[in-house]
Amino acid sequence: MAMLTPAETRRRVDASLRRRYRSEWLFRLYGLVSVLMGVGFLLVLFATIIGNGYGAFRQVFIQLEVQFDPAVLDPEGTRQQDTLASADYSQLVKTSLRTLFPDAEDRTSRRELNALVSSGGAFKLQKMLLADPTLLGQTRNVWLPADDEVNVFVKGRAPAVSAGSGDEGRRLSDRQIAWIQTLESSGKLEQRFNTIFFTAGDSREPELAGIWGATKGSFFMLFVTLFLAFPLGVAAAIYLEEFAPRNWLVDVIEVNINNLAAVPSIVFGLLGLAVFINFFGMPRSAPLVGGLVLTLMTLPVIIIASRAAIKSVPPSVREAALGVGASPMQMVFHHVLPLALPGMMTGAIIGMARALGESAPLLMIGMVAFVVEPPGGPMSPSTALPVQIYLWADSPERAFVERTSAAIMVLLAFLLVMNAAAVWLRSRFERRW
Amino acid sequence: MRLTTLALILIAMALAAFYLGRSRAVAIGGGPGKARLLHSLPKYYGYYTAMWCVLPGLVLLLAWTALSDSVITGRVIEALPDSLRNQPEAQLGLTLNDIRNLAVGQMVDEARRPEFAVAAELYNNLRAASQKLLSGLIIAVSFLGFALAWWRLQPKFRARNHVELALKVALIAASLVAILTTLGILLSVTFEAIRFFRQVPFDDFLFGLTWSPQMAIRADQVGSSGAFGAVPLFVGTLLISGIALIVAVPIGLMIAIYLSEYARPALRRVVKPVLEVLAGIPTVVYGYFAALTVAPVIRQWGDSLGLDVASESALGAGLVMGIMIIPFVSSLSDDVINAVPQSMRDGSYALGATKSETIKRVILRAALPGIVGGVLLAASRAIGETMIVVMAAGLSANLTANPLESVTTVTVQIVTLLVGDQEFDSPKTLAAFALGLVLFVVTLILNIIALQVVRRYREQYD
Repeated sequence: MAMLTPAETRRRVDASLRRRYRSEWLFRLYGLVSVLMGVGFLLVLFATIIGNGYGAFRQVFIQLEVQFDPAVLDPEGTRQQDTLASADYSQLVKTSLRTLFPDAEDRTSRRELNALVSSGGAFKLQKMLLADPTLLGQTRNVWLPADDEVNVFVKGRAPAVSAGSGDEGRRLSDRQIAWIQTLESSGKLEQRFNTIFFTAGDSREPELAGIWGATKGSFFMLFVTLFLAFPLGVAAAIYLEEFAPRNWLVDVIEVNINNLAAVPSIVFGLLGLAVFINFFGMPRSAPLVGGLVLTLMTLPVIIIASRAAIKSVPPSVREAALGVGASPMQMVFHHVLPLALPGMMTGAIIGMARALGESAPLLMIGMVAFVVEPPGGPMSPSTALPVQIYLWADSPERAFVERTSAAIMVLLAFLLVMNAAAVWLRSRFERRW
Repeated sequence: MRLTTLALILIAMALAAFYLGRSRAVAIGGGPGKARLLHSLPKYYGYYTAMWCVLPGLVLLLAWTALSDSVITGRVIEALPDSLRNQPEAQLGLTLNDIRNLAVGQMVDEARRPEFAVAAELYNNLRAASQKLLSGLIIAVSFLGFALAWWRLQPKFRARNHVELALKVALIAASLVAILTTLGILLSVTFEAIRFFRQVPFDDFLFGLTWSPQMAIRADQVGSSGAFGAVPLFVGTLLISGIALIVAVPIGLMIAIYLSEYARPALRRVVKPVLEVLAGIPTVVYGYFAALTVAPVIRQWGDSLGLDVASESALGAGLVMGIMIIPFVSSLSDDVINAVPQSMRDGSYALGATKSETIKRVILRAALPGIVGGVLLAASRAIGETMIVVMAAGLSANLTANPLESVTTVTVQIVTLLVGDQEFDSPKTLAAFALGLVLFVVTLILNIIALQVVRRYREQYD
């Protein structure tokens, strides 16, 4: 090989250096782009959900002058509670709408007019009257919830459905739009804070559907899970860290816990269906069964976190306790456990947060049922917050898109609070030894 | 007596036993403050008596609830008239169900038949009697246990050791729950799967190319007898998980590399929590995002390029699943990259390598086994992921590798087969358990391999 002149060497090195620096720069760029993509996905996700969902916190109400007409409600004048309860309140709404808009004369236009007010309006009137029977025969100004299509239109979420456009998919007729605009200009149509969404159970009508039932179901489930998984998980962690001998059984348990943590959640649902529901004959759709399934699912998470917390307690604490005459059990329960508890609680909260967001196993044990009434206890049929989101996401009504996103925002808020609590616990009580 | 009242009585008895046991210990030890004669602290004698008061009753309660129903049912069947008793197994089950429904006051179709009413009454009577007997027995057993413990309380008695032994047994039992869970999964899923394979041959299921689980419910109904070839599901699952991994592995890996090798601490402090948030978002939210936002966008792009895109394309579900597992891949890779010793980096720099050359030729090669383990774990998670595909992937079992078409996955089919009312002996329902068995075994194998690889890798540098 011929000797290179220094100038030639220099030239070659310079050329290769330029190439190498270029590829260095490119590589770094790839990394930065990946990071930005990760952050970008999160932003797009949040923007979509908040953009779709913030509208659901406001609800359109229509003010009507309703006469509690005794001729309609109580034609025989008995004033019995039963008669009043089963009377036809929707007739009141219809009459009041017709006096407001006398131009609706034929059947179709009347039907269109009646469609402006939600069917929940009649229930509201019923409740008012039952609470105060003296209203019978009087006339009141009442704000009634509007129908979901009116909601969609008023909040401007149906751009294709403006007046006069000949679109096929439109849900409101020109007449209905004109009425809505009249109501709006006379101040009889208002957007208010949506209390129905936070206090009602599920409903087929989007404007009447709320998350309270699902939230209660989730709450009962998490209660069962926490009540079972935390003591069991802590006990298992104590045994494995402090007392377990080194033998094959303990090895099997350890491998097994690590594997259980990675088993797909739907498999736990199959277990719940086959064992709790078919074998033990527990009721379907009950938060108790859901809680049991979630317990088995979160147990490995809690065990792993609790073991880490126990491990972080320095051996000197144990030796000191044993040195002053404590039995091994006293050493653990009087000294190690209190020191490890904050770490265990952090792990438990994170496990609970995961359980709260889990829905696949709940589908298996029948928690997808359509339940209107909020559950009264862990045995009554109910659904859970994430399952409610799934159910609404599947509904064809456009107004449910908004509700789904809003329910997601509530779920994420719960998760945020739980995770913040975990972070706070960690920073407040964590001790560096 | 209701179960809650019984529980309250037991708790009250336990408290009483604790105080009685403790005060007796103090008394036999020579009075308050002078308990030097005792082996254990007085409270341990209290715990001991309380334990003996409650535990036998609890054991009895558990055994009773496990056994009583079958005993009662047996008695009810014996009392049935011959025409009802000699029915085939399945019919008998339905009859019993009707009787139970009638017993709790629900109306039953055939409720007018007087035998049912008689049987239901017998059932109710037996249950009431069993409840009374149980309450009496439990209280008696609790007294007996308490008396036994009371009688054993002596100053030399090692109460603490006994209590601690019981506690230790409880701890061991708690750690066995994890084993029982695995066993429960394995047994229940395998048991139902075996029932399925009795009706559908094993190789038809594993190698069959058509999946249409719609079974004729009545024998004379027009319709298919159902085809249970699961290959389209496996291919669909692989396709969607493959797309997810193609998205997640490069991005996740590059994020981990950038954060651990290039990023300034300030950036790391911002990005890491953001990724944790991404990891903490429930999958149902991703499913909603995939179905409502990503799928329409992909469809639009496809249309503008003149491609025929299904509205529930594999691509949409795969992309969003990829986003979901990015934080998973990046945090696992981050651990692995940080475990590579600094000396290897220094050696590479000393030879004149640039930072990216060091990463590509030294760090990534050293970390490869760990990264492969992480990717396997991510794959197992993608295969088992349910909500995203249930909401954004299709139901029709197309055997295709085209990501723009609609495919279905194992998890989607499990959910569709099991949601809603089902009868427990039709192959349609049992097929879900066979699919569950496949899912469990595959993810288990992936996890075991991945955990082994990662562990061996860690040991290499520790």
